[in-house]
Amino acid sequence: MATSPRDPQLKFEPWTDPDAQPYVRIDRVTKKFGDFIAVDDVSLGIYKKEIFCLLGASGCGKTTLLRMLAGFERPTAGRIYIDGVDMTDIPPYERPVNMMFQSYALFPHMTVEQNVAFGLKQDKLAKAEIAKRVTEMLELVKLGQFAKRKPHQLSGGQRQRVALARALVKKPKLLLLDEPLAALDKKLREHTQFELINIQETLGVTFIVVTHDQEEAMTLSSRIGLMNHGEIVQVGTPTEIYEYPNSRFVSEFIGSVNIFEGRLIEDEPSYVRIETDDLDRPIFVDHGVSSAPGATVWAAIRPEKMLMSREKPAGDDNWTPATVRDIAYMGDLSIYLLRLASGKVVRVTQPNVYRHADERVTWDEQVYLSWDPSSPVVVTK
Amino acid sequence: MIARVLRRLGLDGRTAVIAVPYLWLLMFFLVPFVIVLKISFSDAQISMPPYEPLLHWVSDKALQIQLNFGNFAFLVEDNLYWKAYLNSIWVAGVSTLLCLLIGYPMAYAIARSQSSTRNILLLLVILPFWTSFLLRVYAWIGILKNNGLINNTLMALGVIDQPIQMLQTDFAVYVGIVYSYLPFMILPLYANLEKLDLTLLEAAADLGCRPWKSFLKVTLPLSLPGIIAGCLLVFIPAVGEFVIPALLGDPGMLMIGKVLWTEFFNNRDWPVASAVAIALLLFLVIPIMFFQRAQDAEAGGGTHR
Repeated sequence: MATSPRDPQLKFEPWTDPDAQPYVRIDRVTKKFGDFIAVDDVSLGIYKKEIFCLLGASGCGKTTLLRMLAGFERPTAGRIYIDGVDMTDIPPYERPVNMMFQSYALFPHMTVEQNVAFGLKQDKLAKAEIAKRVTEMLELVKLGQFAKRKPHQLSGGQRQRVALARALVKKPKLLLLDEPLAALDKKLREHTQFELINIQETLGVTFIVVTHDQEEAMTLSSRIGLMNHGEIVQVGTPTEIYEYPNSRFVSEFIGSVNIFEGRLIEDEPSYVRIETDDLDRPIFVDHGVSSAPGATVWAAIRPEKMLMSREKPAGDDNWTPATVRDIAYMGDLSIYLLRLASGKVVRVTQPNVYRHADERVTWDEQVYLSWDPSSPVVVTK
Repeated sequence: MIARVLRRLGLDGRTAVIAVPYLWLLMFFLVPFVIVLKISFSDAQISMPPYEPLLHWVSDKALQIQLNFGNFAFLVEDNLYWKAYLNSIWVAGVSTLLCLLIGYPMAYAIARSQSSTRNILLLLVILPFWTSFLLRVYAWIGILKNNGLINNTLMALGVIDQPIQMLQTDFAVYVGIVYSYLPFMILPLYANLEKLDLTLLEAAADLGCRPWKSFLKVTLPLSLPGIIAGCLLVFIPAVGEFVIPALLGDPGMLMIGKVLWTEFFNNRDWPVASAVAIALLLFLVIPIMFFQRAQDAEAGGGTHR
C-alpha cells in the first residue's frame, strides 16, 4: 500500500519536502454551471507517483474537478498545470492524461484487444508496437485469454480491467479514475484495490481517484483531499485525515466519532480542559489548542479510543458512567451504544478478544467509559 | 369472463395478445400473398375473374393442378421488366442514399438538442403525416410545374427567362420520394442516436481522437443498426412506389410499380401482374434475409451472449 511502502527506509512523502515540485498543480480553479458553483476556488498540488483520492459525498464537485483535469470541462477561473505545462485550454485529445470512466465506457463494437489498441492507433504507432504493448498490458491485467471477446461477453470485474488497461496503455502522465471500484461487489472490490495499487507501483503512473467510499480512499491513497460543497476541506494522508481532522465535518465524514460540544475552562500551551454539558467532569486534553478564549470548541473522540470497563477508573478527568443501550455484534468487533447521565448517546467499539459471550458487557449493564488524554481531537469549526 | 373463455380454449392472456396481431397478419398479408402466388401460376383469360383456375376436374374423380410458369418465363424474356426492375432499384437506391445524407445530420441534431426542443423537432418531422400522402404529392405539382411556385418566383426575380422543366422529370421523382420517405429515415436513426452513450465519445476524445474521428470510429459504427433500419424503411416501399412517379415523373419512366399497374388495369393480365409482384417480393426479401443472417452471426460473435 502506498501508505506503508515495502521499503521502510524509502518513505514516500514528497509533500513534506519543501523543494519538491508538484506534478499536477491546480491553481485557484472555480467551475460554475449557471449560478451553481460546482468547484469553488480549489488549489491543490499533487506529486509524481502519488495515488491522490478526491473524497466527498455526491455533488461535492469531485467529479467536476476530475473532468476539468481530463479536459471535458473548462474551468470558469483558475489554471491547471500538468508537469509544468498549462493544460487549461488544451482539448482532451491532446492531453497526456487518460481517464478510467465510472461506467468504463468500453466501445461495445470492438473486441477487448481493439478497445485497448484504440488509443495507440490514434497516436499512429507502428502496428507491431501496438500489438506488443496491447499484449503486455492485457497480461498485466490478466486478460490475455479474453483478447478477442467483446465487452458484453465479459464480467463486471473483467470489464473494469479492460477499462484500466485501455487507459494505462498510452502511458499517461496522469491517470484519472472515476469511482473505479463502485460497480464491483464487495469481495471483488477489496481484491481489486490491492491489484490497482500493485499496477500503480509497477508502472509508476500518478493516479487521481474520485470516490465517495471512504474505505476505498483510505486503502488506496497516499493522500486524500476531502471535498465539501465544491471546496477542499482538508488534504492529508489517511492517518492525518482520520487522527487529525481539522473540523467537525472531516471527523464525522471519515469513520464515526463522538463529539462533545463545550468551552475551554483551562487553556495552557501544553494542555486544555474542556467543560461540556454532556459530561459531569471536564475533558482533559494533553496538548494545546489555538482558539479564541471563551469560544465554543468540539472534542471529537473515536469509538475505538473509548475504553469500556466494569471498574471505576482512577483519576478525576476523562471518564464517565454509562448504560449499555444497544450492542451490534460484527464478529471481529462489537459496536456498543451507551447512554450517559446527560442523555447523550455515545458509540464505542471493542474488539471481541474473548470467544465466550459471558465475558462481554451486556445490555443495560452499568459500565465506565474512559479515554486517554491524547485521544480527543479538539476542533474549533 | 373473457379470461374464462380463453382458458377453456387453452389460451392464456399472453398467447391471446400475441395471437391477435398474428391472426391479423395471417388474414390480410399471408392469405392475399397466397392468392397472388396462385394467380401468378395461372393463365390469363377473358372472364370474371380474368384468369383460369389452377384446379380442374378432369374426369369424375381426378383433380388436376395446372401450374403455368410461363408468366415468370415471360418476365425474363421481355427486357421491359428487367429494365423496370433495375430502374426501380436504381431510383430507390439513390433516393435512399439522399434520404440518408439528409436524414442522418437531422437525426443527429435532434438527438443532441435540448430535451425541451427535442419533442418539438420530432413533432415537426412527424407533422406531414397529418395530411394525406396523395395531397402532399399533389402539392409538389403546384411547386414544381412550369408556372408553379419555384419557376414563378425565379422568373419574377429575373433569375431565369424561361421556366425550368422540373415536373415530369426524374428530378421531380427524387424530390417526391425523398420528401415522402425522409421521416422513415429520420425516426429510426433518431431512436438509435438518442441512445448513444455520450461517455463513449468522451472516452474516444480522452484516448486521443479528434471529434470528427470519434464520429467515424464510434458514433457511425454504433448507429449502423439505425442506418440499416432507416434504409430498409425507405428502400423497400420506394422500389414499388407507384403514385410518385405517376404524378410527378416522366410518363415514359420505367418503374416496376407502374408496370404492375399497367398489367393489372390496362392489360387486365392478372397472372403476369401477379408474377411481377412475386418477383419483386423475392428480389427484396432474399437479400434482406441474407443480410439479417449475416448480422445475427456478427452480433452473436459465434459465442454465448
